[in-house]
Amino acid sequence: MRSLEQTTEEILGLASKHFKVPREELSPNDDFYKKLKIDSLQALELLTRLENHFGVELPDYDVQGVTDFRTLADRIQARL
Amino acid sequence: MLDLAQYESLGAALTAATERWPDELCLIEADRERERCRLTYRQFAQAALPLAAALEESSFTSGDRAAILMTNQSKWLISAYAVFYAGGALVPLDYKLNAAEHLALLAHSKAGVLVVEYPLWRAICQAEGFSSNGLQTVLVTEAPTGAELAGARRWEEVRGERQPEFRSRKRSDVACIVYSSGTGGRPKGCVMTHKNYLEQCRSLTALYPFWPGVRYLSILPTNHAIDFMVGFIGPFVCGATVVHLRTLRPEYVREAFTRYGITYMSLVPAVLRNLEMGLRARFAELPRGKKTAFNALLGLNRSLTRRKPRLSLSRRLLPQVHNAFGGKLRALFVGGAFCNPATLQFFYDLGIPVANGYGLTEAGTAVTLSDFAPFVPDTVGRPLPGIELRIVDPGPDGIGVVAVRSETVMSHYLDDPEMTAETIVDGWLITGDLGRLDAGGRLQLVGREKNMIVTAEGKNIYPEDIENVFEGLAVKEFCIFAANYLWPQRTMEGEQLVMVLRPETGQSVNDGFRSELTARNQKLLPYKRIGGYLVWDEDFPRTASLKVKRGVLAEQIRERQGRDRVLPL
Repeated sequence: MRSLEQTTEEILGLASKHFKVPREELSPNDDFYKKLKIDSLQALELLTRLENHFGVELPDYDVQGVTDFRTLADRIQARL
Repeated sequence: MLDLAQYESLGAALTAATERWPDELCLIEADRERERCRLTYRQFAQAALPLAAALEESSFTSGDRAAILMTNQSKWLISAYAVFYAGGALVPLDYKLNAAEHLALLAHSKAGVLVVEYPLWRAICQAEGFSSNGLQTVLVTEAPTGAELAGARRWEEVRGERQPEFRSRKRSDVACIVYSSGTGGRPKGCVMTHKNYLEQCRSLTALYPFWPGVRYLSILPTNHAIDFMVGFIGPFVCGATVVHLRTLRPEYVREAFTRYGITYMSLVPAVLRNLEMGLRARFAELPRGKKTAFNALLGLNRSLTRRKPRLSLSRRLLPQVHNAFGGKLRALFVGGAFCNPATLQFFYDLGIPVANGYGLTEAGTAVTLSDFAPFVPDTVGRPLPGIELRIVDPGPDGIGVVAVRSETVMSHYLDDPEMTAETIVDGWLITGDLGRLDAGGRLQLVGREKNMIVTAEGKNIYPEDIENVFEGLAVKEFCIFAANYLWPQRTMEGEQLVMVLRPETGQSVNDGFRSELTARNQKLLPYKRIGGYLVWDEDFPRTASLKVKRGVLAEQIRERQGRDRVLPL
């Protein structure tokens, strides 16, 4: 089973690749809306990619109000 | 459809619908690729009436208020019908607010009953200062086995023992209390009567009729005024089918069109824009030959539909596009925020009419809607039948504040006669939006006079509501404004909030302060954040009770500082 650090690292890697932002510019406490320059619908697309990667399902309400990578990692970790 | 003139209340009209079309499909609830429920009108009534009976057997009496706090799902509509059947008034709450905001609105509305989804109830119970004092009954849906419910009951198990008795209401009675804003500041609870909704429904369906077999895709939550009308009352009184999608993920929205053969759908500009981007990306990937052929057909469709939409022709000319939307789509409705005319034109050229509308909760949802006679992308259409609209004190360019008079305008703001008197003047609802009428009587919106912004997701943001996040900020005083309120613009795009701050004498706005400001700002959901700040070197004008005189301060700022003095965050 992955550790929370591993999960966070994989999220940052996927976000970097998908939204073409250099990995070194992203850190766990970053606000992903601001750092990736995305809107709420693009954030939902990111969630779908993360679900496919981790093999979990994240209901929309579960990530309601989540804006930073670390909390997102927490929510995914809780379902792994 | 039913003749709504015959009915006194939403409960009476909905009951007549369940009796008139017992075997028609009424409601489908889909979650991603899974279908969770499918009900005929008879089954819908069978699901709701035991709940109505349970309410009647409790202390719930006619006129009592019941709040619903749920995402977009079938139990919202089932519960709402049960409340109306038992003579209650509904308080639809926005599930996207936080638990403290939910508690504040529950207290303000004096709702005695709450119907709530389990994760939202859990958050409310954990909120600071939680107390269920005012709530006599809490019904929680979809709670996991063994979950702690803090005195609430499971919605699925609440069933009355007797057959409920239909409690009639008058047209002038309260149907709903809908909060248009005011979670952190002054709550704006729009008190809507049964007449407001029945009349709104009559005027909307006169322009866009529903009938049995029509399928309406609902992705907006039903607490949203648009979905309450177009995704519940409208289709139900016509025997049509509502398809609920419990996710907003674009890929499932796209799939729902084909899976369910959707006829109509309402969306906010942000979702429409996302659909446009998806289509543009697919067109860009076409090989050169196919692209040329596609563009030729697109041009042909454009010229043949210049005067009016021709659905079957467009479906034949551009089958791939129309098949991607299920092949049965008649129109999309867009509202809740400003929509870019280029996006509307893009869809119209493909043969997909997007009816652009303008409305506000206070006016019972829609005031104007495009009628495609002909399509004019930079307007929000003509007033709906039965709705009077005028421009107050128009300038030489014809621009002034939009005012509305109609049977659909709310009764008043709950417990706020002062704000009601400012908003409804001599029977006219003063919207605070600026616009003009074109030669054909269509409304063109050009800006806003009121101190607020609306995001592309259709969220109304009032500066007063977010100031509490910045409370205790190390400055003498601060105030948040909509930038376009301080410096009026002839546009409704790219609206932004700015903070005006007054430092202590000798205080400099340094990096430490800026990072504190940024950190506080990040606590807000992205669409609520302020975009910049302006340093002001005078004390704010205040009333005798020490409230900031926002209008006076705005006037002073407008006179002395330009928009270029705003520093970005």
